[in-house]
Amino acid sequence: MKFRELGLKVGLEIHVQLNSPRKLFCHCRPELRGEEPHFKVRRRLRVSLSELGEVDPAALWELRKQRTYIYEGYNDSTCLVELDEEPPHEPDEYSLETALAVAQMFNAKIPDEVYVMRKVVVDGSNTSGFQRTMLIGVDGRAKILGYEIGVESIALEEDACRKMDEDGERVTYRLDRLGVPLVEVSTAPLEYEPHEVAEIAALVGYSIKSTGRAKRGIGTVRQDLNVSIVGGAKVEIKGVPTLSLIPRVIELEVQRQLNLLRISGELRSRGVRPDDVTDDVMDVTDIFANTTSNLIRSAIGRGASVYALKLHGFSGILGFEVQPKRRFATEIADRVRVWSGLGGILHSDELPGYGISSDEVAAVRARLGSDAFILFLGEWDVVKEAVKVAVERLRIAIIGVPEETRAANTDGTTRFMRPRPGAARMYPETDLLPIRVTGDLLERARRIASETLEAKLSRLMGMGLSRELAFQLVKSPYLDTFEELASRYPNVPPTVIGTILTSTVKRVSKEAGEVPEGLVESLISALSGGLIVKESAEELLLAAAKSGKPIDVVAREMGLTRLSYEEAKSIVKDAVSAVGSDMGKVMSYVMRKYRGRIDASDVRRALEELLKGQ
Amino acid sequence: MEPNSEVRIRLTDGRVIEGIVMQPHLFTGHDIVVLKLKNGYNIGISKRDIAGWEVIGEVEQRRWEEAFERRTAGSGDRVSVIVTGGTILSRVDYRTGGVYPSLDPDYLFELVPELEGLASVTVVPLFSKFSEDMMPTDWTAIANAVESELDRGAVGVVVMHGTDTMHYSAAALAFALRAGPGPVVFVGAQRSSDRPSSDAYENLLGAIITARAAPFAESVVAMHGGMDDGVIAIHRGTRVRKMHTSRRDTFTAVNDVPLAHVDVEKGDLRLLTSDYRERDSRVLVRPAFSDRAALIKYYPGMPPQLLDALVEMGVRGIVLEGTGFGHVGEQLLDSLKRAIDVGVHVFMTSQTLFGRVNLRVYSRGRELLRLGVMPLEDMAPEVAYVKLAWALANYPVDRVPEVMATPLAYEISYTSRPDAFTKCG
Repeated sequence: MKFRELGLKVGLEIHVQLNSPRKLFCHCRPELRGEEPHFKVRRRLRVSLSELGEVDPAALWELRKQRTYIYEGYNDSTCLVELDEEPPHEPDEYSLETALAVAQMFNAKIPDEVYVMRKVVVDGSNTSGFQRTMLIGVDGRAKILGYEIGVESIALEEDACRKMDEDGERVTYRLDRLGVPLVEVSTAPLEYEPHEVAEIAALVGYSIKSTGRAKRGIGTVRQDLNVSIVGGAKVEIKGVPTLSLIPRVIELEVQRQLNLLRISGELRSRGVRPDDVTDDVMDVTDIFANTTSNLIRSAIGRGASVYALKLHGFSGILGFEVQPKRRFATEIADRVRVWSGLGGILHSDELPGYGISSDEVAAVRARLGSDAFILFLGEWDVVKEAVKVAVERLRIAIIGVPEETRAANTDGTTRFMRPRPGAARMYPETDLLPIRVTGDLLERARRIASETLEAKLSRLMGMGLSRELAFQLVKSPYLDTFEELASRYPNVPPTVIGTILTSTVKRVSKEAGEVPEGLVESLISALSGGLIVKESAEELLLAAAKSGKPIDVVAREMGLTRLSYEEAKSIVKDAVSAVGSDMGKVMSYVMRKYRGRIDASDVRRALEELLKGQ
Repeated sequence: MEPNSEVRIRLTDGRVIEGIVMQPHLFTGHDIVVLKLKNGYNIGISKRDIAGWEVIGEVEQRRWEEAFERRTAGSGDRVSVIVTGGTILSRVDYRTGGVYPSLDPDYLFELVPELEGLASVTVVPLFSKFSEDMMPTDWTAIANAVESELDRGAVGVVVMHGTDTMHYSAAALAFALRAGPGPVVFVGAQRSSDRPSSDAYENLLGAIITARAAPFAESVVAMHGGMDDGVIAIHRGTRVRKMHTSRRDTFTAVNDVPLAHVDVEKGDLRLLTSDYRERDSRVLVRPAFSDRAALIKYYPGMPPQLLDALVEMGVRGIVLEGTGFGHVGEQLLDSLKRAIDVGVHVFMTSQTLFGRVNLRVYSRGRELLRLGVMPLEDMAPEVAYVKLAWALANYPVDRVPEVMATPLAYEISYTSRPDAFTKCG
């Protein structure tokens, strides 16, 4: 696809959890727990629908569900603040400094006073019904590895509860994650190719991590995308699980929008107008009195009826694939499910099917006087609501692409979550005072953000590291260790140190558990002192980590000490008489016999000297 | 830059920022302009960094200013809701972040749709006071308003009140309302009503269910029974105390158990006792309270001059919050004797809150008894103070000791229930 020509713009929202000693608005440890919770508290949320609905259609969708929320917590690591039983404490300074450091990295305008805001969130994931958030920087810009990245905002906010279970009208959340500090960086719309957007997402994430103050591990970074193309709409995609999935999600969303535009064009060319879609529904249960469809029989058995919505001009469109295995009718079904809870709908493009005979389909068509239709299986008060949203979505199809919030599936496709939230559903947190951004606070932040990611990467690459290895080091927890070891052992190539830290240690720790930093250093020191060669590093580290013995002892026990240059010379001499004087042949011959004991540079030097006749 | 104007600000670094100028916070620096940005956030910008600005629009203020008048909505038995303060209903203007109190009964029905068909509700604005600003004269005003609503045919009255001194006002009404056709139900919120998680709505629903359906006609407090939503505890006004600064279930029965529980989802009221004052066709209110009663807490080192000063000021009665069974240090004995000699009534309660005072067990108690200090059984100190203020205003001063010792509104019981003590661990 020619993304540039399509006017593709992607905004990124990168959320990174911080490894702060306490939560953002209370003094609890930010710790996720697996054991049985100590207590459960049951709550409801209430909002004036007329008032909120007017500004926020998204909230209206959430609230319709009238759910009960169960909050699980621990007496020793969740407190009354998370339970919404106590006002927030002063914001955590560590997190505030870190967010300011990130704002400085992106050259953002930092406010002189920060105001904590309440962002209304009514899905129960926040006990209070709002998320506390503060704007730390606006209008930032950074150039990293050639990418011009505009940053609209940097915010410091509290993470929400973890959803543990959802059972109809009852949702269970765990309080442990609520209040964990998150830095959120929102980029301006980026006009790059999908794979480049993924790389920018990585760079933004690493920038935050490069403060050394980010949590590591699964679930600590979350990325949302805002995707739009010319003629389409801004669609927010929540929770893209991995960086590598980003290009696919973008491509599939572009495809979806293009297909929706195609549908709109086709409907218009058929002369279908929004007013033609009415909520004209008929009870057609009688047609299925003797049906062989198990689906319909069991629904009727549960007291449901079959309702048919007639649709002029939609033949072939309902079954049109907008994303792999996701048809236009899936878009309708998603909305129906979210709004009314009705599990499924059937449409004329997939019938006969599901045990429904062609006679039954023909009877429905005859009754409705229309080719295309949707069947709803359920009780009238549920179906009534389902029809309402289906009609709404069908009308939008004629106009184009709806603005909405969608959730990413693991295959890169997306499903409807809710309409896009209105912009203004924030008001000040009245329980906290404004925070003055003092010179002292900025200075502390500056010390954290002493070096930008760009500078860091180019410095590493200047030391001879490949771009890939430099990236890996920045991501890893070993960047500081690397710099220390590289300066302490100048005769060990930085690439070797970097590879040991990013790959060797990881592999060894899989087998031998945590590798102490001191052991890694003694390995580098043995390399530096010529005691061992890099080819045996992994084997030695593993043995040392498992046995608890020092590297040099293990090396001697295993016979993996480095051969002296004199020994190397005589080995090379033997090799030349066996395989001739070709460098490649000599090297592979020697290495096959002495790998892990002989250094390749010694072999090269010995052969060169030998050939010069010295 | 005037609040509510939409401005475009050019900063000294060349950046341009647009937003709505906000009213400054009490703690906003003098050199700061507060802006609400398009994304909803407020930020403060130093005036030093502003190179120039222009007004690009005006934000129309949303007006929810409502007439301070008595209004009714809904259908069915009528419950009056007297508003004394606290923002039990509020509206948020998300464009400016402003929170406004509301007295609109229709808005109440929208927020609490469960009320539909349950009762008609008359909202009666009385005044708008912080709980801590309430004076005994305010209790009189509430009592008069309650009388008036009951006379107009309300089956019960709800009083919206800030929570800090709610138990004083609830006790006051317990003494002031001698008989009535329905209960007086005090209600408030620990979490402000602008937040979706506010306890205000369920508390109010529980209060209205109680006002309409309870068989008793007492002054009670209706607040959350636990940290869970769903159950509202109905406490006697004379047996309840705010025991936590922030929790929803802050109101705790002292030396008693709650009178009832309301399941707000089912709309049921379940009595927890069969002993209560029933609804009566008469309305009998004695609303006067004296300002010459005092409540004083003893502490180690308390100087006797504090008592002398109270007597000097002309108080006619003092409730002491003594230690344990009802003791004070010997340094106070002379002052107490002088006070009693000049006709000031002195009563003893305990700062342990739970349990009964007893001046016969230890010698200090016996000394206090001999001086003429009167023990008040298991009456809570605040309740004793309120009752004293009421007794001084409604009885000849020499009858006050007898009135204080006589249970009038379940404020004294002679049996100590084993389950009437709240403790952890």
